[in-house]
Amino acid sequence: MSFSISLTVNGAARKVAFDDPRVTLLDLLRERLDLTGAKKGCDRGQCGACTILIDGRRINSCLALALSHDGADLLTIEGLARGDALHPVQAAFIAHDSFQCGFCTPGQIMSAVGLIQEGQAGHDPERVREGMSGNLCRCGAYVDIADAVLDAQKRLTKLDRKQVA
Amino acid sequence: MYAFTYHQPNDVAAAVALLDEDAKLLAGGQTLLPTMKQRLASPASIVDLGKIGELSGISREGETIVIGAMTRHADVAANAAVHQAIPALAALAGGIGDPHVRNRGTIGGSLANNDPAADYPAAVLALGATIVTNKRELAAEAFFHGLFETALGEGEIIVKVRFPIPQKAAYQKFRNPASRFALVGVFVTQTKGGARVAVTGAGASGVFRVNALEAALGASFAAAALKDATVPAEGLNTDMHADAAYRAHLIVVLARRAVAAAG
Repeated sequence: MSFSISLTVNGAARKVAFDDPRVTLLDLLRERLDLTGAKKGCDRGQCGACTILIDGRRINSCLALALSHDGADLLTIEGLARGDALHPVQAAFIAHDSFQCGFCTPGQIMSAVGLIQEGQAGHDPERVREGMSGNLCRCGAYVDIADAVLDAQKRLTKLDRKQVA
Repeated sequence: MYAFTYHQPNDVAAAVALLDEDAKLLAGGQTLLPTMKQRLASPASIVDLGKIGELSGISREGETIVIGAMTRHADVAANAAVHQAIPALAALAGGIGDPHVRNRGTIGGSLANNDPAADYPAAVLALGATIVTNKRELAAEAFFHGLFETALGEGEIIVKVRFPIPQKAAYQKFRNPASRFALVGVFVTQTKGGARVAVTGAGASGVFRVNALEAALGASFAAAALKDATVPAEGLNTDMHADAAYRAHLIVVLARRAVAAAG
């Protein structure tokens, strides 16, 4: 049996065909659209390495069947930068040295973008850590990740957050 | 994950028509999909409720808050009417799992799954909520049947949940730091009919009420009323995170904190 869904992926309309209802959004991004930024870590919704924004909200793309999301608007790590100009969250992760091996980083950054858009973490480091609790970092860069999120949030509050993201 | 056929009906009647004993309803998928990936569940067909608009939404109807079964935890947590009427329920929803889970997980999915460490069952039982299905209305007491078991029958789908607005309510959870599931969670309410205390995470048969604590709080809804209270450890869970005696202790501590938080 074959299926076809229409998505907006990083601003571009995509029509994707596949032949198995088990295909998740993560599989679809990585294997059908060659967007390998979202990572398959645990593949069961525990690690957050596959975090993307769907209709502006962060989710684990490994726990989303592609068929459930026909017509959705997806934003992945590949859609953040504007040419060579990094998104403020990406720049902050580099400035704060917020990663070691880097495997969790795309998910961390997408989760941070989602958190800042939600606008509820404020400037309280504890609330930022709680707001980032869906993303594990086995290297243990949590302190620098929280610093980067707080720093990026400060910069973004001067801009229209939704426009930037 | 084993193969399945996929259905995405547009209304409840069409969803019911697709149900048989080898079918599973897909709500937010935050439990079902990982369970299927681990091959602990292998439904022959999946009936995705995601496109049934009538199942989502929050409204206030008189002295009740009505929440559609497919309403996401994040939407309950952020809803102005819930904040105004039952802030403890909004806070509970905002503390489920992590943000990713809250953006997908649904109240109907959580209740139908009836995980013994889930948060929502405590709220439903303590608030005396009514679970409305496509066939009937179920009181909270009649709905939960032990571990991962509910009163839901064949071809029955949760449509919405009606929460009576209490005079006071609060939820306190001692959470597993990794999963955010409740090691013990205690939801207390004060209503015209008296005090109610519902406990999740601790019971070997799932969520339950604590009559002794309710009686003490019925006499005086204050943390001091539970000063010397104890709860027996019999029938409570022991696992790698906590033994039954520790859970029994936590129930009283969290009940006191909840009463204090309810004001």
